[in-house]
Amino acid sequence: MTAPRSTPESTPQILPLELDGVCFDAGGNRLIKDISLRFEPGLRTVVIGPNGAGKSLFLRLCHGLLRPTQGSVRWQLGSSAARHQAMVFQRPVMLRRSVTANIDYALKLRKVPRRDRADIIDRVLQQTGLRRHADQPARVLSIGEQQKLALARAWALQPQVLFLDEPTASLDPAATHGVEEIIQAIHDAGTRIIMTTHDLGQARRLADEVIFINRGRILERAPAERFFEAQENDLARAFVRGELLWWHKGKDNRKQIPKPKEDI
Amino acid sequence: MTNFSDAFAAALGLVLSLDASLTEIVGLSLQVSLSAVAIAALIGLPVGAAIALFRFRGRFFIVVTVNALMGMPPVVVGLIVYLLLSRAGPFGVFGLLFTPTAMIVAQVLLVTPIIAALTRQVIEDLWIEYEEQMRSLGAGPGRAVPALLWDGRFTLITAILAGFGRASAEVGAVMIVGGNIDHVTRVMTTSIALEVSKGDLALALGLGMILLTLSASINAGAYLIQHSTKRWHA
Repeated sequence: MTAPRSTPESTPQILPLELDGVCFDAGGNRLIKDISLRFEPGLRTVVIGPNGAGKSLFLRLCHGLLRPTQGSVRWQLGSSAARHQAMVFQRPVMLRRSVTANIDYALKLRKVPRRDRADIIDRVLQQTGLRRHADQPARVLSIGEQQKLALARAWALQPQVLFLDEPTASLDPAATHGVEEIIQAIHDAGTRIIMTTHDLGQARRLADEVIFINRGRILERAPAERFFEAQENDLARAFVRGELLWWHKGKDNRKQIPKPKEDI
Repeated sequence: MTNFSDAFAAALGLVLSLDASLTEIVGLSLQVSLSAVAIAALIGLPVGAAIALFRFRGRFFIVVTVNALMGMPPVVVGLIVYLLLSRAGPFGVFGLLFTPTAMIVAQVLLVTPIIAALTRQVIEDLWIEYEEQMRSLGAGPGRAVPALLWDGRFTLITAILAGFGRASAEVGAVMIVGGNIDHVTRVMTTSIALEVSKGDLALALGLGMILLTLSASINAGAYLIQHSTKRWHA
């Protein structure tokens, strides 16, 4: 057996992540507004908010898939921080090759030596319950299994930070449960979790801390226990209570946004 | 009609007896077209992928041009290559006119746009699907090219077969730059044209049958590849 490639403890830390005055514009609209925050190592952060609030944009800005229009996103290792992160998307993106080859390709891109890859692949397939599918084409798996494979692929990279963008949005309860267990296991193995969801139950199950985003602004950030007990922000409160007309309270907030109909 | 059926019988005889002049012609046809397609694929696949993935000035113009070149009339390509290779032309010193090499050059020009344009389409669609995941894994457009070509392999094979279909079926370009010289540059399509005008229907029909069989098998092959690999690229 070869020794593990690297453990999060043995490599330099990329956290804390610092966002300073981050704004993001698209199509003449400001979709992310002046976000400044810091992510320390360790916790599981769940970002919640209504559709179109900017949750996905926020993750992509943190992960570096998008560049902020203004402000800065700073990792501790600068540009080499990218190789210690991974992201799982709402719809799993599977290459047109076998389950094993999908993970192998990701490891190859991160320059993991060939001799180490088989062990890593075998381990993550075992941990995600996909070993019996190892040689199947990835795209014949069910969506739930594909999402597990996306998690296995991310896990194989041993990221210090894992971003997940509504990872269970298109899954049934059983698959959702499986995915949540894997997320928990990845976190237990030492990875910082930053994820979005619109499923409040999931936020309660997984979150150590909650960030509530509405219309591109962070309106509340609090430890999960406290957040679900009593929300300080009234929009967050209305959202958590599931009041369908909750956004009426935000009318003033809405007026500041130019051409709201062109929002995505 | 007897004339026709006689010719048909004679043609079948030629094919079944593997007539020497017939096999020579078929052999040269395959040699020319397969070489042309191989070279065109080596150029067209990376060029098509590059056009799909990179944003640069004049990209729109190039996309439109490549698409338009797909429909270039073979006689025009033949004429251009003729002018380039003729004694007075810029490449006249190589003395390539009326050789199989000249025919390969002409067919490369015909086939490359087809492969490049289809590749661009395939890779562009794949990139739309893959981009975020690839970037997240650390692969920008440049590093992603081999993976995208590999993942588009089944569709790209049909693109290459389409190119081969065009190369083996065209007559205008090879006629002009090859000259249809017996034992030197005579291929299936040019000899069919010649034999028909001479009135020797047997050889023309025999070659026609082979050409038809060839194109039917190419299409069957393309279909089978698409069909049997569906689970990989669904």
